[in-house]
Amino acid sequence: MTSEDRAVGTLLVLVATRKGAWIFHGDAERKCWRIDGPHFLGHIIHHLVLDPRDGRTLLAAASTGHLGPTLFRSTDFGRNWQEAARPPAFGPAANGLEARAVDHTFWLAPGHAGEPGVWYAGTSPQGLFRSGDGGVSWAPFSGINDDAQYRQWFGTVQDGTPDGPKLHSIIVDPRDAQHLYFAMSGGGVHESLDGGRSFAPLVEGMEVVAGFDAADVTFHDPHCMRLCPSNPDRLYQQNHCGIYRLDRPGRRWQRIGRNMPAEIGDVGFPLVLHPRDDNTLWVFPMDGSDVWPRTSPGGQPAVYGSRDGGETWQRHGIGLPASQAWWTVKRQAMTGDREAGVGLYFGTTSGELWQSRDEGGQWECMASHLPEIYAVETAYPQA
Amino acid sequence: MRVLIPSALHSYTGGPWVEATGGTVAEVLADLERQFPGIRFRMVDEQQRLRRHIRLFLHGDMLFDLEHPLPADGELCIVQALSGG
Repeated sequence: MTSEDRAVGTLLVLVATRKGAWIFHGDAERKCWRIDGPHFLGHIIHHLVLDPRDGRTLLAAASTGHLGPTLFRSTDFGRNWQEAARPPAFGPAANGLEARAVDHTFWLAPGHAGEPGVWYAGTSPQGLFRSGDGGVSWAPFSGINDDAQYRQWFGTVQDGTPDGPKLHSIIVDPRDAQHLYFAMSGGGVHESLDGGRSFAPLVEGMEVVAGFDAADVTFHDPHCMRLCPSNPDRLYQQNHCGIYRLDRPGRRWQRIGRNMPAEIGDVGFPLVLHPRDDNTLWVFPMDGSDVWPRTSPGGQPAVYGSRDGGETWQRHGIGLPASQAWWTVKRQAMTGDREAGVGLYFGTTSGELWQSRDEGGQWECMASHLPEIYAVETAYPQA
Repeated sequence: MRVLIPSALHSYTGGPWVEATGGTVAEVLADLERQFPGIRFRMVDEQQRLRRHIRLFLHGDMLFDLEHPLPADGELCIVQALSGG
């Protein structure tokens, strides 16, 4: 597959949608964008990620409504794509447990800077996979996929998100390639200190839906977890039941979302961290009341940000629709860049791509009428 | 034998009809994979189950078993079942 041969932008915004992928090539000012796409028109693209270690390897997690899942790889910014030789796939039945099949790869995470070529993938249903060759071939990783205890924590398809339970938020500690985290919807947050040979839950302090037992990992539903680039001992999490912060080596999550305006609440999916300030984060609240409309609260979308680690929150809605906007933002569909005035970007369930060049102060629409946006990532390409 | 490929998989084969060899469905699918790497996993999952929307027909009869024998001069039709409205 090929696309137009045009100059590569200074900054890329990678947009994965329910009907294909688009690459927005931006100039240094982040004002002019060249739109490259669609790539894989008609495919469901769950995640599109550029390897920050080489600035060239682009991976796309793909599926369609009628075919099995696969993964595509490009080393020329999407001009040419090659299919992975061995996409993520579970092994045969083991440990007396039912054999499973990958429905789709949901989350792609480049490995540690000291391990070029290593990638991790999270799937639906929940599975953890690893590639050691830049995403060409994948194998089940760690023992969790076929561990009886983890199978219990995975729950069933009925327990997961509407389009399938997911393993997501795979994080590699930038100081230590052996220190890993991941999260599952549902199934909690988990940590490994031995390079993935073993994982253990890290859910203390996290709340669950009323009536369920918080002591049972099965009932925990983290939506998105991020590690502070400027302080790898600090994690933030957007959960089905609130926004949390965890400062290591502590093990107890603190619900900082209690400080959000009561009429907005602290339910949502995405969460973005400042690249240089571990007290600054942004979330996109949604309506999680009664039947869970999954819309902007009151039809008035806004990003909420905190500059003090979640003690106080400010609304960032200037430029966004003032009313009757009932879209929301999925867990992978909001991100930031690394510029001096951090740029924020999010894609909506209604196919709009929004940008702020001043950390949420003012919003502009970059594109509309795209398919439902599943994931947005920024990337800095290298020649 | 001749094998009809559904349109969703023409990105692998370049067209609707291809030639493949094998005495069973599994062998023909293996030959397709040899010729068009990646195509089999789009149709058959890692537990060797035909995917939900893939249907196979031999001279009008639907096949469910990957070990079903196939005649060398037959025509195997792989169909992508439509779902939804």
